[in-house]
Parts: sequence; structure tokens; C-alpha cells
Amino acid sequence: MNGSTRETVIEVRNLTNAFGTHVVHKNLDLDVYRGEVIGLVGGSGTGKSVLMNTILGLRSPQGGSVTVLGHDTQSARGRQGLESRWGVLFQNGALFSSLTVKENVLLPLREHTRLPEKLMSELADMKIILAGLEPEAGAKRPSELSGGMLKRAALARALALDPELLFFDEPTSGLDPISAAAFDDLIAQLQSTLDLTVFMITHDLDSLYAICDRVAVLADKKVEIVAPIAEVLQSDHPWIRSYFHGKRGRGIQAEAVG
Amino acid sequence: MRKQARETKPIDISLIREDGRVVLAPTGDWVTDNLAAMDKRLRAIEAKIGAEPAVFDVRALGRIDLAGAFVLGRTVRSCSRPHMDFDFIGEHRSAQKLMAEADANSEVCPIPAAPRSLVQLVLVRSGRAVMRALNEGVETAAFFGQLLMTFGRVVTHPRRIRWNAIINVAEEAGVNALPIIALLAFFIGAVVAFLGANLLGRFGASLFTVDLVALAVLREFGVMMMALILAGRSNSAFTAHIGAMKMRQEIDAMQVLGMDTFEVLVLPRVIACIIMAPVLAFAATMAGLVGGGLVTWAVLDVSPTLFVTRMQENIPLIHFWVGIAKAPVFALAISTIGCRQGLLVESNVQSLGERTTASVVQALFTVIFIDAVFAMIYLELDW
Repeated sequence: MNGSTRETVIEVRNLTNAFGTHVVHKNLDLDVYRGEVIGLVGGSGTGKSVLMNTILGLRSPQGGSVTVLGHDTQSARGRQGLESRWGVLFQNGALFSSLTVKENVLLPLREHTRLPEKLMSELADMKIILAGLEPEAGAKRPSELSGGMLKRAALARALALDPELLFFDEPTSGLDPISAAAFDDLIAQLQSTLDLTVFMITHDLDSLYAICDRVAVLADKKVEIVAPIAEVLQSDHPWIRSYFHGKRGRGIQAEAVG
Repeated sequence: MRKQARETKPIDISLIREDGRVVLAPTGDWVTDNLAAMDKRLRAIEAKIGAEPAVFDVRALGRIDLAGAFVLGRTVRSCSRPHMDFDFIGEHRSAQKLMAEADANSEVCPIPAAPRSLVQLVLVRSGRAVMRALNEGVETAAFFGQLLMTFGRVVTHPRRIRWNAIINVAEEAGVNALPIIALLAFFIGAVVAFLGANLLGRFGASLFTVDLVALAVLREFGVMMMALILAGRSNSAFTAHIGAMKMRQEIDAMQVLGMDTFEVLVLPRVIACIIMAPVLAFAATMAGLVGGGLVTWAVLDVSPTLFVTRMQENIPLIHFWVGIAKAPVFALAISTIGCRQGLLVESNVQSLGERTTASVVQALFTVIFIDAVFAMIYLELDW
């Protein structure tokens, strides 16, 4: 994993985000390298989603710059060409409710490629199976799916254009532990077979231990530490200590180490 | 033109038969953007290869993604060998892995759904539509019954009437709708006056325009304008509001807290509408008369004094009551439909749109239907 020169896929520099007088991020820096899985953690209100939305160009920051795969995401012109290179899985899936699962997966293909209809249909079927759904699920509407299936369908749509970079906003929230573990496995497996770079916001300590190469901790309006989890565990920062060494953290740590 | 996502080398594939097997040698970058032109050729190759043994020469292959791996693998797959281990010549960074992944995740021979004939489709659809319309009627009646029960319960315990909610709705659906209702009624009154002046003038009876305007506005147009705006404006707002609450599980939360949704959401809206409707209808009627009066004054030189005097002499008061009496009935029907459709919204965005549409269409239909029933009753009563 630790090559001498690693390509930077996401580069955040001096980012400042504020809502009125409430400053969320101040001079925040973050680098994400090609091929890694980076997990972003932080307490409620530390601006994890704000950071992700800023990287995606959904929100204009008060200052600083964001570069994704060499594109400046703050302008529509800069984002052009990125849409087929990144995929996003929003927290509640954000599937289009008036379309079936398969139509949802087909949408990016129709929008951004000129492939023949039959090939698009075949590719969409493959992505649906790849995301761990039964082929029959393609005909269903999002409202007919369970939480776990919804996430998988959203993943199939995110993968539609074979992106290099995937964003996840709490991929395992709302799933039972077994489905969550299965979803973690799926992410890890896809990441290695498709050589993806994965940026994920998560509260799930299990996910952090299981699939993240590095963990970035948001605290005090910046990225307090970004390092492999073993190193993060050594930190003296009070929030990090109580997060990883608290009641819930200890059990998983013991399991992961032992 | 969309800017190309990334520079890619054009793709090509060559096919040679060698040692009793087919060698497929893809070149260039096999990524999604490049596949459009190749699809047809690959299907032709697929047909040509059939079940012959095949091998992929990946030495000259550039980048490849999952879609590219899928179309490459498809050339040698068939129903008789749905999943297979691919043979390769040379090494590639990711081709082997991706082709295996694409293969493992593909259904090769899906069973086609049995086609239905057009006649069958038309019959099924119209049958469903009829059943749905019948069901809607029955269920609206049931809803109305439940509303009456709730009303009865609340009336016997007046402390459970939610005055705040009623006042709120009365302001939002009633007071705020007043300007638009009055304006529209004004124009309708003016239009009727123009018609009358033009038509009755030919018989030398242009003074009867006053009677025409007064009768039409008092009996029909005043209250009708009120009902149309209420159905289009407030009724859809009821459906959207209650529907959004339903989607966000607020209705469920209410039920768990032991609150009666009828008492909290439906009844205040219905009561507020019933109270406000006659007021709005009165305003609409007045505005209509003013509109008609102004036109008769301008076109026929009938002064406002003459207009009022003639109305007092020729038009009995009963016509006013005939119009206003319909207002609360319209309001009851409209608000009931709006609330019912709101409660029927399911947890998806599409149903919110469908229900709002249904709510407006049903309300307008019901208003006109009720108006026709009233017309027949009044005819029998000779009012």
C-alpha cells in the first residue's frame, strides 16, 4: 500500500466553511491517495457531511480549494468530466423514487454514454448483481426495498459508469450488524477488484477496523489526525480517546487486536 | 459537446484461428466511453465463435474497466457455457480479475417474460381503472362517515376542538385566498355583463343585462369561483401538507402518542373551510356584481344607482341565499377530499404527486357534480 510516490486523488487545501458566524472548518487540509480506503469520523456537528458536500462541489466553501482527480470541483466547468469518474452513495440512497432500480442504474449510462440500449441494459443488470442484489430486484421501485437493499441499489447506481472514486455517507447506518458486515465486505471486495479509491464517512467502528486503510478524524474545525487506525489509537486527543477507548470502542478493539 | 473525461486510446479487436482455437486480441483502452462503436462487432464475433475454444491475448490491451471486461467476456459466453474460466495470453494489470468479476455477476440467459396481447392489456387496464374509481367512491364515503363520527365526538366534548388549528387554516385557506377569489369573480361578472349587453341589445332589451348579471353571479358564479379556487389552491395544499407529514412518519408518531389524526388534522381543516366558504362566496358575489355593474355602466350607461334599484325591484333575495347555501357544502366536499388524499400518500415522492393531482381532480369533479344536484333540487322547489 505504501508506495514511495502516491498519486493524490483528492486534495483539500485551507478549506474554510462557515454557516453565518458558526465556523465549521477552518484551514482544513486533507489528502486522499489513489487506491486507499479512507474513513472520516468525527462527532455530530463537526461537519463530516459538509466536508463531503464541499469535496463533491455541492457546497461552496468560504475559503480554500478542493481538487478531485485534477479537477477543481468548485465550478461547474471544473466538475465537467468528473461525473463518470466518481460515484456517490448518499446516506439514504437518494434513489429516484419514480424510477425502478434498473432505471436508476441506467440513468447515468443514458446520460453520459452513447452505448446501444441493449448493452446498457446488460451492463445495468451486471451492476445490480455486482452490488449483491437479485436480478429480479431491478424491476422494483425504491419504496419496495428494505434498507439494506436500498443501499445496494444505490451502490449499483454509483458504480454504473465504472468510477475510480467512490464516496459513501454512512454506508452501514440503519443496517443490522450482519447486513452491515456484509456491506463492509462488499465494499472491500469491490475496492480491491475494481481498484477503487473510497472516501467514506462512518460512525461504524467495525467498518473502520475492517476496511479502512487510513482514518481521518475531524475535531476542532480541522482534520486532527489522518493515519492508519493503529496510529490513531495512540493519539492523546480527548475526543479520539473517548471515541476509540470508550465502552463501545474497547470491545471491538479487543476483538480486532485479539 | 461534453468534455471527454480522460484521454483514451481508440479500441480495436482482432480475431485469428490458431492451433484449433480462436485468439482474440483487444487493443486500446476498453473503457465505458469507448464501447459504443464496438458493441455490434462484438456481437458478430460472439455469433462467429459459438462454442469454439477461445483465448484472450491481452498483451496489447490498454486500460480496461468492468464494462469493457463484460463485453470482452460476452464474446465467448453462450447459453451452453454460461460461466467459464477465461484463458489468457500474456499478463495484464487488471483484465483477468475484472473479466472474472464481470462473468461471475452476469446472468446469461434470462427467461423472457410472456408477452401479453394488446387487447388483453387494454382490457386489464380499463378493468383496473373502473375498479379503482368504484373503490374511491366507496372509500370516500367511509372517510366521510368517520369524519362525522369524529365531529360528533368532538361536539359533545367541546374542549377537544382545536381552535388554534382552525384559526390557522381559516387564515391560510380563507383570508389569504380572498384577493384572488374576489379578482376572478370581478372578471367573471364583467364577462357576463359584456355578453348580456351584446346579446340582449339586439332585442332592444339591454337593460335586462342587470338581471342577467345579478342572477348569474348570485346563483352560480360567486359561489362557483370560491369553490374552484378552494379546490385548486387550498385543497392541494391540504393534500401536500398532510402527505408530507405522512411521508416523514409524523402521522405514525401522532397515532403512537394516542392522538386522533382526524381530530388533529382533518377536522380543523374541514371546520375552517366550512366557516370561511360562505364568507368567501359572499365576497366573490359582491366582487362579481361590482364587475358586472362597472361594465353595464361603461357600455350601457346604466348608473350604479339604477343598477342597484333595478336589482332590488326585479331580483328577490332568495337568489342570494340559493347561491350562498351551496358554499358550505362545497367546502365540506373539497376539504374532505383534500385531507383524505393526503392521508393516502405513501412513503415515496411519486405518490405525493399522484395524490395531489387526484385530490384536485376529484374536488373539481365533485364541486360540479354537487352544483348539478343543487340545480335539480332548486328546480323542483321552484326557487
